[in-house]
Amino acid sequence: MGEMLIGLYVFVLATVAGRELIGKVPPTLHTPLMSGANAISGIAIVGALVITASAESRAVEVLGVVAIAMATINVVGGFMVTDRMLEMFRKD
Amino acid sequence: MDLSTLVELAYLASAVLFVVGLKRMQSPATARAGNGLAALAMLIAIAATLIDNEVVSWAGILIGIAVGGGIGAVAARTVKMTAMPEMVGVFNAFGGGASALVAAAEYVRLHALGLDPDAATGVTIALSLLIGTVTFSGSVVAFGKLSGRVSGNPITFPGQKPFNALLFAAILLAGAGVAGLVAAPGGLTATSLLLLFSGLALLLGILLVIPIGGADMPVVISLLNSYSGLAASAAGFVIGNMVLIISGALVGAAGLFLTMLMCKAMNRSLANVVFGAFGQSGATAALASGEKKPVRSVDAEQAALVMAYAQSVIVVPGYGLAVAQAQHELKKVMDLLIERGVDVRYAIHPVAGRMPGHMNVLLAEADVPYDQLFDLDEINGDFGSTDVVLIVGANDVVNPEARNPDSVIAGMPILDVDRARNVIVVKRSLSPGFAGIDNPLFYMDHTMMFFADAKKAMADVVREVRDT
Repeated sequence: MGEMLIGLYVFVLATVAGRELIGKVPPTLHTPLMSGANAISGIAIVGALVITASAESRAVEVLGVVAIAMATINVVGGFMVTDRMLEMFRKD
Repeated sequence: MDLSTLVELAYLASAVLFVVGLKRMQSPATARAGNGLAALAMLIAIAATLIDNEVVSWAGILIGIAVGGGIGAVAARTVKMTAMPEMVGVFNAFGGGASALVAAAEYVRLHALGLDPDAATGVTIALSLLIGTVTFSGSVVAFGKLSGRVSGNPITFPGQKPFNALLFAAILLAGAGVAGLVAAPGGLTATSLLLLFSGLALLLGILLVIPIGGADMPVVISLLNSYSGLAASAAGFVIGNMVLIISGALVGAAGLFLTMLMCKAMNRSLANVVFGAFGQSGATAALASGEKKPVRSVDAEQAALVMAYAQSVIVVPGYGLAVAQAQHELKKVMDLLIERGVDVRYAIHPVAGRMPGHMNVLLAEADVPYDQLFDLDEINGDFGSTDVVLIVGANDVVNPEARNPDSVIAGMPILDVDRARNVIVVKRSLSPGFAGIDNPLFYMDHTMMFFADAKKAMADVVREVRDT
């Protein structure tokens, strides 16, 4: 089985999992959940690191570094702002 | 066990932690820990990637992380809770943009090496570029609309549909060229083909979002969030990385499902939001007929009196409260009423505030106890037996027109505030809300209009209740 096909299996199963995970979220948590899921989409940072780490040309390196910076904003900002929101929810 | 197997296992652990983290975000009690787990999962994935790859130059990586981390941290710490929709929009743009850049870098790398990508790789590169770029430019426009930098009204132009169709055809052609399925149109070089394709995709993202009105932006943000997940997943296919495919798919599916939940809360279909250009017509016509009707207006003193001598008060906070950031003042008013023995509750419409669940965040910021908050379904039957309903900056979500089958907002779930004995509406003017239609509630006999900015109004009422 080719790597692409394995990837497709993984993609479909993860999609089903994602759908199930959101099933019973109360409206109260919609905003933090959206912002938390948003932070996870910053996983693109892994791709950006792979590309940059093995960059053979200046052009690829520049694209990679910009991608790292953008993805890091998404990851760091996303998790921190979600935490800030949820911290307020905690009190009783 | 060799290093690459260890790294794959670390990716697996990271994927599992993302799933568990998202699962914990289903309940307010565990949500914060869930978010922490997801952040830990991200850290593991990043560490595994850096261990696995022979890093040629650390300088670029460290600069990228330092710059991005600094900007992200400052933004997350300083953003006002009321500006949350914009913030999520901006972060979305960066996530999508990063995925597109990964695909672009892989494309440039392959062509620099003189390697023609096989069809499957070519298609994933084109898809990843397209979704990432559309997410980027669409999110930037959504941010602009939410922050008032771009008009919140639906923007349309003559010939929009044929133009979009043409653009779409051009994207398909250029995309096929990028994927290596057809010869580059016009014999373009690889780089100019990449730029052309990206430019067209940028334009598509803009054109998809500008015809959508400001009221629907939260739904659009959620949809774009789903896209940013799909973009990351596509980037995972490009570089053959499972943790990207899994996490991206999780976010893509979660985002899409959340989008549909929101549409349900507003009684709209997704197609209607995306293609509807809601609130465009009707605003002026409805206004003209409403202008001459008499309204009863009150000041802070009268409003305070009515509430201070009531037995039960239900507050309906809305968009106007969010914009004026009046949640702290509102809390003070309600605390004073509670001290006087008034039964106080808050009725939260699912789309109150600026995005679903946003009002809960704002009231939590003001320390309003959780047990005073009630969802639409829980409280809607109680308005008939309530002395006073205080509406602060809400409009469409309390518009009885929704019960009129001929109205543009027909069928939208509303709070039945008009059934209460007295209604006080704090609002700056009689102007219509997002839906662009007049609200008959304002002209009812038992309605008092308190024309003022929400924050100032609540501060004035606090003083008056103290003196009463």
